[in-house]
Amino acid sequence: MSAIITVTNLHKAFGSFVVLNGIDVTFEEGRITTIIGQSGTGKSVLFKNMIGILKPDKGEIWYRDTCVTKASEDQLIELRRSFGYSFQGAALFDSMTVAENIAFPLREVLGIRNKREYAKRVGEMLDWIGLPGIEKKYPAELSGGMRKRVGVARSLVTKPEVLLFDEPTTGLDPVLGETINDLVVRVNKELGITCILITHDIQASFRISDKIAFLHEGAIAEEGTPRQVSQSEHPMVRQFIENSFSLLEV
Amino acid sequence: MIAIVQWVTRGLEELGRFVLYWVGTLRSTVRRPFRYWLILEQLESMGVKSVPIIALSSLAIGMIFALQMVSLLQPFQAEVITGMAVAISMARELAPVVTTLMLIAKNGSAMSAEIGTMNVTEQIDAMETMSVDPVHYLAVPRIIAAVIVFPVLTLLANVIGVVGSYIIGVWVMQVESAAYLDQLFTGLLPIDIISGLIKAAVMGYIVALICTYHGFKAENGAHGVGNSSTTAVVSSSVAILVADYIMAALMMEWWF
Repeated sequence: MSAIITVTNLHKAFGSFVVLNGIDVTFEEGRITTIIGQSGTGKSVLFKNMIGILKPDKGEIWYRDTCVTKASEDQLIELRRSFGYSFQGAALFDSMTVAENIAFPLREVLGIRNKREYAKRVGEMLDWIGLPGIEKKYPAELSGGMRKRVGVARSLVTKPEVLLFDEPTTGLDPVLGETINDLVVRVNKELGITCILITHDIQASFRISDKIAFLHEGAIAEEGTPRQVSQSEHPMVRQFIENSFSLLEV
Repeated sequence: MIAIVQWVTRGLEELGRFVLYWVGTLRSTVRRPFRYWLILEQLESMGVKSVPIIALSSLAIGMIFALQMVSLLQPFQAEVITGMAVAISMARELAPVVTTLMLIAKNGSAMSAEIGTMNVTEQIDAMETMSVDPVHYLAVPRIIAAVIVFPVLTLLANVIGVVGSYIIGVWVMQVESAAYLDQLFTGLLPIDIISGLIKAAVMGYIVALICTYHGFKAENGAHGVGNSSTTAVVSSSVAILVADYIMAALMMEWWF
């Protein structure tokens, strides 16, 4: 598999607070890659740099043949159409119905103005995520898991090449969390979309990921297949894994 | 001394951010796509839904002002000029300022709270990830709608205020109707009404700009949204009073 995104020597600080301190990582096309690490280590900042919302202080990010970090605003607008972003809290527009939320990128990003086309695409997406018939509901009427799935549907409706998941299972019970993990796998296997996850759900990440990168003190401390990372000698990686899997034994 | 320097620095930083935001809104206003349906939505929520409160407040002001004027002018047997006095005061000052203050309370706080809530719940980040400029999508329609709605509602406030003064002056205080209306139409000039409408448009622009700015600045959950709405209401109220004084001074110099 070829690299779809390559991050080289990425640095980002907010004032004197250094968040990313020389990240080097590649994301392979058609694979599920998970970034794990302690809270506040800059995982979300990395995502925002990848789609050009934040500008790094130093380093480069390449998406295929386009340098994201040197792209103009017009190039970034075009480039972001290749990305979907599933937010931790789903980030659904709460003044819009589910149908309007999913149709939003169709209208605003793809410029589709035909209401029948909207309705058809929205219905297809809701069927695909297993939530048919909720078009007229508002986000406040949905459970946390439903909101997350609708958020994923909204990200998928423009058929992106890469889908970024920011802590997709945080705040959900284990059963609902598992449905979201299954959805990530389906997005990857059935639609062929490259999935990049930020998560604290270590057990699930080892189960569903093709590659895991461990972010520590602003840099990638360890990366590889789940098996390779599980055999890491890095003390923080070991502590992270042992704590997560000892909980399972309890 | 250090505290003063820090205070001034923070003030200048804030001013710089506001100017950058202002320039961003100007740039976004002329950028495609032109989302006319969002402007129509805002015209409805900001304009149509504000008619009752503007009608009520301007009727009350017209009536109260007429009551005061008649009792003040009666000893000089000059109560017939009450209509003119109320109409000119309403057209030049009272209607634009009161309408704007009412609209700040109703719409300015809502603008700030809506955008602020979207900000703290990552809805604005979601827009950005979809390449939709939040300033273009959220702020520009509100600013354009405010520049249209504020003068229209000010005109309505003028008419209803004068009707209120007529009710009190003629029906309650027994001022002669023909003389009352004659004085009103003789004294009130088109420039009086136009100057008030210009003020209202400028104030609408200032209010929408300040309130949307504070919405985008909101952070730290519900508390932050509450704070940003309060700051938006207070700062836009102060700003329109300052702007009103400047515009009134300039108009006095040039037109009256």
